[in-house]
Amino acid sequence: MIPPSLQRNPELDTWLAVNADGTVTVFTGKVELGQGIKTALARIAAEELDVAPARVRVRTADTASGPNELYTVGSNSLEESGTALRLAAAEARRALLETAAEELGVHVDALRVRDGAISAPGREGGTTYFALFGGKRFARKVSADAPAKPASEYRVLGRSGARVGMEELVSGRAVFAQDLRLPGMLHARVVRGPTARARLVELDDAEARRLPGVVAVVRDGSFVAVAAESAAQADAAAARLRKSARWEPAPDGWPQDELFARMRAAEAKSYPVENGVAVDAPLPPRVTPDGVVRSLRATYTRPYQMHASIGPSAAMAHEVAGALTVWTHTQGVSVLRPAIAQALALPAERVRLIHVEGPGCYGHNGADDVAFDAALVAHALPGRPVHVQWSREDEHAFEPYGTAMIVDLEAGLDAQGRVTDWCHEARGFTHALRAIPFGERVSGLMAAWQRERAMAPPSPRPMLVHHGGIHRNADPLYAFPQRRIVKHFLADSPLRTSALRGLGAYANVFALESFLDEVAHAAGADPVEFRLRHLDDERARDVIGAAAARFGWQPATRPAGGGRGRGFAFARYKNQKSWAAVAVELTVDDATAQIRLERAVIAADAGQIVDPDGLVNQLEGGLVQSASWTLHEEVRFDRERVTSLDWETYPILRFGEVPDIETVLLDRPGEPWLGAGEATQGPTAAAIGNAVFDATGLRLRDLPFTPERVRKAAAGG
Amino acid sequence: MKLRVNGEARDVDVDPATPLLWVLRDQLGLTGAKYGCGLEQCGACAVLCDGKAVLSCSTAAASFAGREITTVEGLAAGGLDFVQRAFVAEQAAQCGYCIPGIVIAARALLDANPEPSDAQIRAALDTHLCRCGTHPRILRAVKRAARERALAR
Repeated sequence: MIPPSLQRNPELDTWLAVNADGTVTVFTGKVELGQGIKTALARIAAEELDVAPARVRVRTADTASGPNELYTVGSNSLEESGTALRLAAAEARRALLETAAEELGVHVDALRVRDGAISAPGREGGTTYFALFGGKRFARKVSADAPAKPASEYRVLGRSGARVGMEELVSGRAVFAQDLRLPGMLHARVVRGPTARARLVELDDAEARRLPGVVAVVRDGSFVAVAAESAAQADAAAARLRKSARWEPAPDGWPQDELFARMRAAEAKSYPVENGVAVDAPLPPRVTPDGVVRSLRATYTRPYQMHASIGPSAAMAHEVAGALTVWTHTQGVSVLRPAIAQALALPAERVRLIHVEGPGCYGHNGADDVAFDAALVAHALPGRPVHVQWSREDEHAFEPYGTAMIVDLEAGLDAQGRVTDWCHEARGFTHALRAIPFGERVSGLMAAWQRERAMAPPSPRPMLVHHGGIHRNADPLYAFPQRRIVKHFLADSPLRTSALRGLGAYANVFALESFLDEVAHAAGADPVEFRLRHLDDERARDVIGAAAARFGWQPATRPAGGGRGRGFAFARYKNQKSWAAVAVELTVDDATAQIRLERAVIAADAGQIVDPDGLVNQLEGGLVQSASWTLHEEVRFDRERVTSLDWETYPILRFGEVPDIETVLLDRPGEPWLGAGEATQGPTAAAIGNAVFDATGLRLRDLPFTPERVRKAAAGG
Repeated sequence: MKLRVNGEARDVDVDPATPLLWVLRDQLGLTGAKYGCGLEQCGACAVLCDGKAVLSCSTAAASFAGREITTVEGLAAGGLDFVQRAFVAEQAAQCGYCIPGIVIAARALLDANPEPSDAQIRAALDTHLCRCGTHPRILRAVKRAARERALAR
């Protein structure tokens, strides 16, 4: 089968170019987000072409060149771009060898390649890819029938190698979107009200305009920006404008302490989930099977949480003769391009988007909105490049959050201690409201709602697809004889929400893997043994076994108590990506109620390993980020606005709190490579909760696990 | 206003109240120190001032007159310094946005305390935020830097 990325981009030259200087350039429609995709793609191309990885340059998404691969999301990039590139590289190798065979006057089967040098054993002379083909075009399609190298001959994949770009990062030479500087560039800041929908009723910009360096105040309805010659001047002018602006707030939102009650009361669209897909059909009745000797139920919650990128979003835009170029750290240049064009009423051909790396985004953060902010200001000030830098407060207040969720679980046990039936109902707001092109009247871009000729925000729609947002990983991998999985979609969130790493998988895996621990204890079983009791999937069993062995898991059927505990959890992301098991050991301080992670073990199976170092980095990074979400993170808000506006009001995990981590990789040579960037978040949260139970006998069902929550649980809930 | 940055005297024509970070990034073209919060809460803007790690996002450039400022670019001026080499060797980055500030903090720590304990390293980096969760290998990189400098002596 030809993978979708190749169907969309069949020309070999779109993917790969051989250069006369001894390098190979590969083009991808995906973008580097810190997940290491450039390193992984370089290694795949190097392996298939037989060149050293250091010869491969990777060019990420640009709407003017290279393949269109839509978004960099969903842990799909290796499977999509990596698979396409592997076939493209195999095609290129075949074409190069055919050309060399003709040139050298030998049969193609007689040729050998080593680091791009082509020779025919036993014969004098030879050539190289670069001498033979440097700068030339292949002018052929990727047929997908060129022989790809068997895994047994791999010399690069699965082995350690250098991460692309490290020297540039540590020496400050790496250019992030925040660092872009062009001659004549203006620095702009956007002045926003208490919420995205607040209306600007008064603004006196006279003083701001008189400040040194200020070039323009751009006002369009409730959208206000100031452009100045330097960043500091733009900051000073924005501060002045902020003081003079008077806003009519949007209608009152929800008080935070009523969030979950209101989510329960809100009208939901409800769907049964069958084999991971939400179905537009009536909910099936609850049926209690025969032989149930004990039933359990519990509810778990997750609050709104932030991407909280370490660098506030930024973008540069430049309009020249009616053509607009935007440099952006978006996850999807080819989707954002028509969305920006529609919002500016420009033909899409007049808009070019170039991806520039940004700080890790972990999903849909402020990147797209700031790109449109920059486009709007540049559109108002044609001829000069405009750089818009959001502030920390802008990013915290206006990024779309990961939605709050409520997960209700029920299970029955039979006399043999096996689960008879399993019910999982997941409730939440949208996990995906990206700035796709919605037409002339609707836009996903915040500034488009604020302009004089305002466009409406899009109405969220439930994603019914396989493991879509709210029901992602709601359907457990365990072989339970009967299951009832329900998705409850809520339309109107008091806070704007969209995709945050893992989407619903974080809350669903946290809930189901915590609940499974409760059920195991009720059955008088060891939690690891109880999982294996219900698992047929061999690769799942292998990662669980590997994590338990490395951790030194000793079976036990009662909580250890005494303030020190261990916990275990497992998931396969979307039931189709990497398998990951996590075990943690922690202490709970009796006096302060603080949870302290001491060590963690991860075992993971991501199929054929492409880049072991990058894989470990993603798995461990996922664990640490999830530990931060799980122990600390909750977006605070009142009826008027978000009140988590900096790192003090939205604390995240610090160096002193990070556990020692060991990671075991299970390589599967020749199996498809699988995304792993979202594999450990869910299991980590549940493993922590299960370890707290082991340490204290307290079951924490509401994220995050702050000392207040621990004390509340100790006081009886 | 005169500043000494990366061993050179630099003349900059700005309002002296401008935070040092923006002078470095806009006037001097040194974008290694990052804008992360502007609130001295995240550590992304750290630079060395007379060998000590300081945050540059909120302090006026004028108050650095007569001091020796070193940025990550300056550390790499004669090839990567030992801390930077250790970060490369451990591949201690994901997005890498926080890394320049952390390299600066690590260099200041190791100059003051060549053999820090794990707890001392964590304490020195505790005011630096990393959102990708690269902490384990950052800690390894700092330990490697200490070890390799000790061996080189």
